[in-house]
Amino acid sequence: MTMTNLDLNNLGNLQKGLPPDWPGGFWWHLLVFTIIIIAFVMIMVLSFVWIERRGMARLQLRLGPNRTGPFGLLQPVADAVKVLLKEDIVPAEGDKIVHWLAPVVAFAPVLLIFAVVPFQNGGLLADLNVGVLYVVAISSISTLGIFMAGWGSSNKYSLLAAMRVIAAVVSYEIPVVLAVAGVVLIAGSLSLNDIVIAQNIPFILLQPLGFLLLFIGGCAEINRSPFDLMEADSELVAGFHTEYSGMKFALFYLTEYAEAVAMSAIIATLFLGGWKGPLLPPWLWLLIKIVAVFLTMVWTRTTLPRVRIDQLMALAWKFLLPLALINLLITAIQVLAWPDALPAVIIVVNFTIMAVLVLLWSRFSKLGWGRITAE
Amino acid sequence: MALKTEPFVLNIGPVHPSTHGVFRMRATLDGEVIVDLEPVFGYLHRGIEKLAEERTYTGVIPLTDRLDYLASMSNNLAYVLTVEKLAGIAVPERAQYLRVIIAELQRIAGHLIAVGAFLNDCGAFFTPFLYMFREREKIVDLFEMVSGQRLLYNYMRIGGLSQDIPEEFLPALDKFVQQMPGFIDEYDRFFAQNEILLARAKGVGILPQEMAINISASGPVLRASGVNWDIRKADPYSLYDRFDFDIPTGTASDCYDRYRVRIAEMRQSLRIIRQAMEQLPSGPVKSDVPRLLRPQVGEAYAHIEAPKGDLGFYLVSDNSIAPYRCHVRAPSLINLTALREMIIGWKIQDAIIIFGSIDITMGEVDR
Repeated sequence: MTMTNLDLNNLGNLQKGLPPDWPGGFWWHLLVFTIIIIAFVMIMVLSFVWIERRGMARLQLRLGPNRTGPFGLLQPVADAVKVLLKEDIVPAEGDKIVHWLAPVVAFAPVLLIFAVVPFQNGGLLADLNVGVLYVVAISSISTLGIFMAGWGSSNKYSLLAAMRVIAAVVSYEIPVVLAVAGVVLIAGSLSLNDIVIAQNIPFILLQPLGFLLLFIGGCAEINRSPFDLMEADSELVAGFHTEYSGMKFALFYLTEYAEAVAMSAIIATLFLGGWKGPLLPPWLWLLIKIVAVFLTMVWTRTTLPRVRIDQLMALAWKFLLPLALINLLITAIQVLAWPDALPAVIIVVNFTIMAVLVLLWSRFSKLGWGRITAE
Repeated sequence: MALKTEPFVLNIGPVHPSTHGVFRMRATLDGEVIVDLEPVFGYLHRGIEKLAEERTYTGVIPLTDRLDYLASMSNNLAYVLTVEKLAGIAVPERAQYLRVIIAELQRIAGHLIAVGAFLNDCGAFFTPFLYMFREREKIVDLFEMVSGQRLLYNYMRIGGLSQDIPEEFLPALDKFVQQMPGFIDEYDRFFAQNEILLARAKGVGILPQEMAINISASGPVLRASGVNWDIRKADPYSLYDRFDFDIPTGTASDCYDRYRVRIAEMRQSLRIIRQAMEQLPSGPVKSDVPRLLRPQVGEAYAHIEAPKGDLGFYLVSDNSIAPYRCHVRAPSLINLTALREMIIGWKIQDAIIIFGSIDITMGEVDR
């Protein structure tokens, strides 16, 4: 019908993004990439679970899982099977619908993020011209799922965790968006594919402060240590998923790692040059970079103690936000005033600025408020 | 616009990852801030003091193992010292030296767990804990050599020790004493200046000096509040007056100082062990004590500086083979009395680390 034709024509942007040798049209593209993304996320989650457990074990003078399959490679599969066979328990006092819906709401948006992550030049589900905005918008929806889990469980630990999630994610969204805005200014586009194409020099060199801010903010947004206050096992038992078991727990577990994959992929795409790299195929380069970012997260998780909730807020508002604003300002000046400056000069200048700012701020800003006494 | 809010009650425990056993804190929360707290204990009560009245004097020793099960040797020592005082038994010198060595090893092991568990409560995901266990494992190996056990040693006897040390013990101990300072330096390098740890622990959970004395706190908790009080110096038992060592104290009386005092005490313990190894004489390790001891009618109290503080035993004898009354002065319980005052006004996360920094064992609190 005409409507369909019209719609397909309006989706020209998608077709333009197709590699020239791609067989078939839009629907084939959609189908193939959906399968690729789901398979990619599942495989990455399984391997990330393994990487994290083995990596942490290494840093903690342990062996880690090493019984199931070679090097314990099948451990995540065994875990998954075990979790899926567990009884599904819903708290008697809980809000059944919210409790049931929460894991789905948390997990689905994470899959959607991968729609705009390019695996090679033009090799992505949808080359949206507002890709960065899309990522920021979609990634916030997961928070809703986590809050629903905390609310629907009718458990005080879960509720506290849910409160922390809302506070943390809303705060960290701002510096993260501002940090990404610097990249957008340099690349001159919001499309992730265009941003990768623009990175003749990886943006981590041109935007070191932005990378730092995104990494810290990203760790906080996906609840990874030292900001894992919502599932702080030494305080809130298991945080928002205390009352979850079986398949629904598995979905939260999946979400946690899928978020880690997504955040690593976004950082790799925005700052490390995405699929760009010599010799190896583009998708392999992206994979290497994702794993590299994730290993850094594992490292910080194993090394650092957890911050307190007010310190978490203070870090976002007093440390990351001002630095993100300054970073944006400096980037804007550089893009406007010296568009033709030598990259080497910009790199040196930006690294100096980052060092000075971070040192100054860490010296003068204070984390937290301490004891609250009754008036 | 002022929101209408009301405090709510959160039961932290009795089964909770950070309560170091089965302890319950009934916390009233205003958002994240704790406005009231009621410690509830008794979940691990086994009636050890009453059980002791039904056993022979030697038969009580295995019961003392189960008080502070992370420092069994210290409990053994405190108990046998009390019985020896009650019955007037002399202990051979070699046994006394070995007791000092073993008690100090136990202090290091206890502090390693205390520090590791404290950092774990801070949220450092098991890494410090496992690093501390690397060294504790060596101490446990040493204890296994002498007693054949790895947790509940039952090694000390009235009038000495159950058996002499095997010949591989001293070389292994020597190796440990030489390696350990390097490991303690390593902990300092990893944790002492960690920005997040400083932000979390410095100035948190202050126990004022006056209050610490009033509740008769002891051990690292008291010394972190700046009181120079250590039973080893204040009321020397065994051979502690023969050794040269310092008592580390803190100034800020916060969680961080409690952690620092424990690290410093490990170094002092190593100093004592080194001196004791040099002076160790040969000879018997057990004096001739009748199997069924019948002390004359009377009472005795002896106390030692256990890893967690002033551990005392009070025994009353009615000239039978079993104590008429046995009472344990458990440092864990007494140090816990100020918990409410220390925690009120802090957040849940602080409550966990304040509780962790006191370093208690529920086996000793509830007995």
